[in-house]
Amino acid sequence: MAINWFKYSAPTTFYGLAGKLIPWFAVPAVILFAIGLYIGFAVAPIDATQGEYYRIIFIHVPASILSMFLYMIMAGYAALGLIFNTRLSAMMASAIAPTGALFAFISLWTGALWGKPTWGVWWLWDARMTSELILLFLYLGFIALHASIDDPRRADRASALLAIVGSVNVPIIYFSVKWWNTLHQGSTIKFTGTSMHVAMQQAMFTMFAACWLYAAAVVLMRVRSIILERERNTTWIAELPEVKR
Amino acid sequence: MGIELWMRENPMTYIWLGSYAVSMLVFAIEIVMVINRRKNTLNQIRMMRNSGDNE
Repeated sequence: MAINWFKYSAPTTFYGLAGKLIPWFAVPAVILFAIGLYIGFAVAPIDATQGEYYRIIFIHVPASILSMFLYMIMAGYAALGLIFNTRLSAMMASAIAPTGALFAFISLWTGALWGKPTWGVWWLWDARMTSELILLFLYLGFIALHASIDDPRRADRASALLAIVGSVNVPIIYFSVKWWNTLHQGSTIKFTGTSMHVAMQQAMFTMFAACWLYAAAVVLMRVRSIILERERNTTWIAELPEVKR
Repeated sequence: MGIELWMRENPMTYIWLGSYAVSMLVFAIEIVMVINRRKNTLNQIRMMRNSGDNE
């Protein structure tokens, strides 16, 4: 059975689909958060050099990866909206930005909390940390620019340009530990393998999946509100059961 | 100096309160904001519809 994906690129059809998908992301997210925290705190052993403090990575690493991934997805949607003038793409980009910003904030915050007992400082102008801070500012810039323009379609185009230009920063964050001599450690998990304990890997991947599912659920929730706001003068919105109530 | 001593004596509390509690709080605030935004938008649309019906 062939699925017509273009059907879901229209806000009218995507609104209903997003509503149906939210519980499928939200419920597993809660379950995986609980499992991840259990493995991370009750099963994973103490690290030989960092002691208990390393347990911060179970939220720090997924938040950092997600902040970068979400930015690329946001920039992708923004580019689609700019090139094809599709309404839903721009709405998706706007819906992703706050969640991406929050993940960038959590990444920086938990990184500082890990840095203090490990390196002896909360913050350093290290290449990895500085580029992650720039990512947070790019998210905030995107949100602020979009909010500052009254016409939503013009706001979409202006903020899309910022998102596309800012995407240069994502590979800089990822490769910063290779390109520069940084205090921040390099990747522990590589395609060639890892030296991490199995329970630590399980905790991190479970938390990573939980964060992904959470992000998907909350972005879909937000995009439904954006669709309602933008399409409020249309007849299909007036016909919705939640509006008629 | 106080916080450094405290974090070394209570590493698990430091990790839980500092990282996980803050992250969960951030997620909770985001969820509340998203739910409120939807409620407000729906209310505005209903008000627009009602004012249109009255005219």
